[in-house]
Amino acid sequence: MIECKNLTKIYGSGDTKTYALRDVSFSIKKGEFVSIIGPSGSGKSTLMHILGALDTPTNGEYSLDGHEVSALEDDELSDLRRNKIGFIFQSFNLLPRTTVLRNVMLPLLYSDLSSTEREKRARECLKYAGMEEKLFQNLSNQLSGGQMQRVAIARALINNPSIILADEPTGNLDTKTSHLVMDALQELNQKGHTIILITHEMDVADYANRIIHIRDGMVEKDVVNNPHDRSINFTF
Amino acid sequence: MKFADLFKETIWSLAGNKVRSGLTMLGIIIGIASVIALVAIGQGAQNSISKNIEAIGSNLILVNPGAQRVGGVSQGGGSAQSLTVEDANAIKSEIENIQAVAPAIQKRSQVTAKGNNTNTQILGTTADYLTVRNVTIDSGSFFSDQQMKTSAKVAVIGTTVRDDLFGTDANPIGQTIRINKMDFQVIGMTITKGGSGFGNQDDIIYIPLNTAQHYISGNANLSNISIAATDQNSMTDVQQQITDLLLARHKISDSSSADFTIMNQNDIIATATNITGTFTILLSSIAGISLLVGGIGIMNMMLTTVTERTREIGLRKAIGIRKIYINLQFLSEAIVLTFLGGAIGIFLGWLASLAVTHFISALTTSISLSSIFLAFGVSAGVGIIFGFYPARRAANLSPIEALRYE
Repeated sequence: MIECKNLTKIYGSGDTKTYALRDVSFSIKKGEFVSIIGPSGSGKSTLMHILGALDTPTNGEYSLDGHEVSALEDDELSDLRRNKIGFIFQSFNLLPRTTVLRNVMLPLLYSDLSSTEREKRARECLKYAGMEEKLFQNLSNQLSGGQMQRVAIARALINNPSIILADEPTGNLDTKTSHLVMDALQELNQKGHTIILITHEMDVADYANRIIHIRDGMVEKDVVNNPHDRSINFTF
Repeated sequence: MKFADLFKETIWSLAGNKVRSGLTMLGIIIGIASVIALVAIGQGAQNSISKNIEAIGSNLILVNPGAQRVGGVSQGGGSAQSLTVEDANAIKSEIENIQAVAPAIQKRSQVTAKGNNTNTQILGTTADYLTVRNVTIDSGSFFSDQQMKTSAKVAVIGTTVRDDLFGTDANPIGQTIRINKMDFQVIGMTITKGGSGFGNQDDIIYIPLNTAQHYISGNANLSNISIAATDQNSMTDVQQQITDLLLARHKISDSSSADFTIMNQNDIIATATNITGTFTILLSSIAGISLLVGGIGIMNMMLTTVTERTREIGLRKAIGIRKIYINLQFLSEAIVLTFLGGAIGIFLGWLASLAVTHFISALTTSISLSSIFLAFGVSAGVGIIFGFYPARRAANLSPIEALRYE
């Protein structure tokens, strides 16, 4: 499903040339829950941008669902992001002063769906992400952090994407809410969604079935993980 | 669906940020409204001045006494006592292409009637004055030849004098007024000519010329002679002939030392046009400055708005909305803002012009289409360029950079 071959990303040129990624290769199968973990500066953000089709590699190949991404034009990348990838950001990135429903429907803008169909889908996704129905018409800035991230998850799901890409989804949340959001992601994975999680926290990465460690722009190790039972692991 | 989405997204985005939208529109509104109102006032002033000049009379040539010199010191124009009734008669009998000649004696004086009083212009003249100056009798009659000859104490009054002495709807005919401690009987009233302040041609009392010579000025000298030429083309020729005639009669060989001045209405119109032209330039500069300030306001607001929204643009890009739709949305937001603000601005400018017309009776403003187009064009242009260009730049950023933008 995801095929990365010798991904290399170089910033700058000449003397200031820095390698953000060097020859990174791995593949991810449908239905996997993969954590990409590494300290800051390890290149995991760059990797996430390339996997999310927000950026293209300097060298190497990246294919998603059989599409070669590294050769696409700007508009084709936009279409790919809209149809194949659901984003969950650290800072939620919801439109302020905008209702929950509108936020979730945003990726459907300029699509051929009717507005009733869009709203129907948005409601389904919100329920799926565990949002209470009475909050659907609330403005996004009236929500708590956990609620905001659930709205963001619903937004990521709306186009029924091939992969869900979560970039430090718990970075702005307290520990308790973090675990609630991670539980929600784990549940999505159990329902069949492919999830790629980028984080620098081990106990967040621990929710995944596979952990790819990145250091200095290279894959340090790629290990199978047995997610711990959360009820036992609550130690705070 | 796509166009409907664009439209809804635009309206929602503008309505969702009422303060931001309102402030942006305010700049446009003020810019456009002030330009339209100022230009309308300028045009109105110009129209009202030329209307006043036309009301003076048509094909008018005016002879005034020259400046008297006492020991080489000029006493100012009109001070010489050089024009006589004989001069007027000579002009009438010897020069062709003349419709009418009206000698006149003018003096300001205090006038009382029934305990009311006013300070107004007393004008001693002949019946020809009616022709020369386009004066029409409203009620009663002008003086008869008999009254002229006998220096009768009769008066024809203008409507402003009637208002001041008797009240707006009173009938002044047959009433008595006191000028210079002498009783005059009002025998007629003229039709309102309009004009105001110094140009008010209704604030006047007409009395027979002989009466004025006997009781008001006390001598035979004229204040001026008004001559109406038969048509506009002969004016220059008639003016030259009058000059030659008067020079000969006054026994002056050098025209530069003439003891009278002569001017025709075209000169007056030219002078007035000059003055109103300057006036219009002044108002246009003020309007131009408001347009500039308004434009900078719009630019400022648009730039701030787009900078603020860079993260939003980044998000839209990241979730896969194509660049063209982002550009179109910002373009249509700018267009809606400028057009809405423009419409309100035009309406307010129009309202302000109406208010000026309503509250300042002397001025009837006139809105010019070109000022609307200019004001709207500049504001809309500035609004759209500075609403669209920075948004386009932001949409060209990579979504990662735009999302990180603080």
